[in-house]
Amino acid sequence: MKLTANLREVYKHRLLIRTLVGRELKARYRGTVLGFLWSFINPLLLMIVYTLVFGLILAPKDPSFESRPMLFALFLFSGILPWTWFISSSLESANVLMINGNLIKKILFPAEILPIVTVTANFVHFLFGLPILIVSLFLFGKPPTVYVFLLPLVIIVQYVFSLGFSFLLSALTVHFRDIKDILGNIMTFWFFATPIVYSYQTGPLSDKPTIRAILGFNPMTHIIEGYHDCFYFGQWLHWKQLGVALLVSLLLFWLGYAVFDRLRDSFPEEV
Amino acid sequence: MHAIELDHVSRIYQKYSGRHRFQTFKSAILKGDLFGSIKADELVSAVSNVSFQVEKGQTFGLIGENGSGKSTILKLVAGIAKPSSGRIAVQGKVSALIELGAGFHPEISGRENVFINGIMLGLTKKEITEKFDEIVRFAELEEFIEAPVKTYSSGMYMRLGFSIAINVNPEVLLIDEVLAVGDASFVPKCLDRIDDFRRRKKTILFVSHDLSTVSKICNRVAWMKNGKVRMLGEPKRVVDAYLQDVNEEQEADFRERKEEVAAAVAAAGQTEKPAAVILTAVAPPVLEEKQAGPASIGASDGSAASAATPTAVTMTTTATQAPEAETGADVVEERREQRWGKREVEIRKVVLRNGKGEDRHVFHPGDGMVIEMDIVAKEPVKDFVFGLGIFNSMGVLCYGTNTNLEEYEPVGLTGAGRVVCRIEKLNLINGTYYLDLAAHKRDGYPYDYHQNMYSFLVSSMIRDEGVVRLPHVWEFSREISVKPPSK
Repeated sequence: MKLTANLREVYKHRLLIRTLVGRELKARYRGTVLGFLWSFINPLLLMIVYTLVFGLILAPKDPSFESRPMLFALFLFSGILPWTWFISSSLESANVLMINGNLIKKILFPAEILPIVTVTANFVHFLFGLPILIVSLFLFGKPPTVYVFLLPLVIIVQYVFSLGFSFLLSALTVHFRDIKDILGNIMTFWFFATPIVYSYQTGPLSDKPTIRAILGFNPMTHIIEGYHDCFYFGQWLHWKQLGVALLVSLLLFWLGYAVFDRLRDSFPEEV
Repeated sequence: MHAIELDHVSRIYQKYSGRHRFQTFKSAILKGDLFGSIKADELVSAVSNVSFQVEKGQTFGLIGENGSGKSTILKLVAGIAKPSSGRIAVQGKVSALIELGAGFHPEISGRENVFINGIMLGLTKKEITEKFDEIVRFAELEEFIEAPVKTYSSGMYMRLGFSIAINVNPEVLLIDEVLAVGDASFVPKCLDRIDDFRRRKKTILFVSHDLSTVSKICNRVAWMKNGKVRMLGEPKRVVDAYLQDVNEEQEADFRERKEEVAAAVAAAGQTEKPAAVILTAVAPPVLEEKQAGPASIGASDGSAASAATPTAVTMTTTATQAPEAETGADVVEERREQRWGKREVEIRKVVLRNGKGEDRHVFHPGDGMVIEMDIVAKEPVKDFVFGLGIFNSMGVLCYGTNTNLEEYEPVGLTGAGRVVCRIEKLNLINGTYYLDLAAHKRDGYPYDYHQNMYSFLVSSMIRDEGVVRLPHVWEFSREISVKPPSK
């Protein structure tokens, strides 16, 4: 099968992927004083902002968060971190082939490496944010449970989903540059269609089955819920929903890759 | 065994001009035709039906004009582009010196970029570590290797890129005009390294506009024209044929210009008054660009044979401004084509011929040149001198003489006649030259002065420098062993 043959080819280039991810991470903070520390500082500052806004200013008395604003901040943070991974990979992927046009045009280079590198580099950033989240959970009275060890499963689903979406975006953007502009709006909409600032399982949504059903069609809903289960609720994953999300992710991966592969030969001329 | 084999290879590039109809993703979706809109509807053939083989260990040259498909062939061989039809087979590891340092990231250090670039080109980390010092030494970047690449000069950038690519140690090396940017000390080093490859029996595919290097290092050469192989074979012969073709094209170009001049001269000849002659499009673009500069009025030229008052008006000035002419030594830019004199003796027609008597504008340095002037005297004159001056594109007078300097005593001139100056050997170096021709009195009073109105090109494979080529031979005593040029 062509897909597997191509993936084997990608696997052969794992050293290159690793090097390029390293390059991405190094280059991002090159020239800054704090350097690599920024990978921790960014989520830390984010967490501080949430603490201030939701703990002191808004101080929402939501019964689903036991009327404790800090719990809401933690809930928000545990959803925002993976979402940041997803949105950054998507937005960067839309540009990645154009930015690296030189590589595609001048060097024999499997182009699919570029979106893979983008998703992976952002994944590493996500990983850097995790310690901050876990420390916060301890500090604000919601210490993580053993269910945190189910995290890799959720990550795998999101990884596959992000990759598929990035393949699709990067390939189509070469031909339709305006995707970049549309994408920002789509992602904002998507953000609110995903239970990040509100809870899917508890609170007001629990007696609104129609809205829940609609949100259920969004694969990111179940992925983010997976993170909530691991970090916040400390309970078993919703296996069925996450399983379906995985299937959808695989489908998107296949579709994204097929489109990418089909348009591949046009990249050197169009980027 | 063939290291590279191209079998009826064509590469068609797609022009997506039809996309004007689908400018956006949204409209493409609305039309329900996502893939249809990505299909090309105009095809441009960059390479068509090219077949050749390169044997292992050979150095194969590709020459041709810009856009003739040379680089496309390299990309096809490198696997960056896929042939639209035909078959390409390459044996062994390929390294392409097509774009040096293509993958460099400006923000990170030279050292890290060496590793990343090396891995992109297919080396392993271990191999790069082993060769690292050699790569840096060859690029002469020992001091700067820890600095971010964005601080490098373009030469340093190129040297590092070349150094990495050459250390990939390929079986097949593709070189695309990359030596053009190196400085005087780096290019010979690169050529040495390429020589080294040749000695080690590696296959090289070499694209260059530097024809002397091509004929020096290549075993065989293909001349590409409009995407097809026009000629393939022994370097000297192919290069000569290519040069011939280029010369013919230049010749046609010059001929076109000359016709315009002739038309202008003829038109001016019909007016009785010694009015201003405004000539355009006489000289090749080099000069025209200069003319676009600030309007200068100076028509006097320090190097001109006569100190005549210019009655002509240059194309950038109007008649009323003419008297304000600057005097003194003119700068180069101010040599423009113009004509002055009352034409008591008129130069009606000028033809340049080569040694064989053919009407030509492109000459080889070894060629002879015959300058024919058809002249007409309105009334019989007793005092006349014919002169010529050859200027190079810098405005330097390369050679000037006239019949008076050479002590031809004028006796009488009536009606029409022809003056021929036969130059036995041109002995000029490569370049464009401009010709001044004049008929004037012995005291310098001009009858008809043509400044810069004729031009010709000298084209040669030898890259000597200066103003003229002095006829010379090299001799070496027996202790010095040299290989004479193969010709």
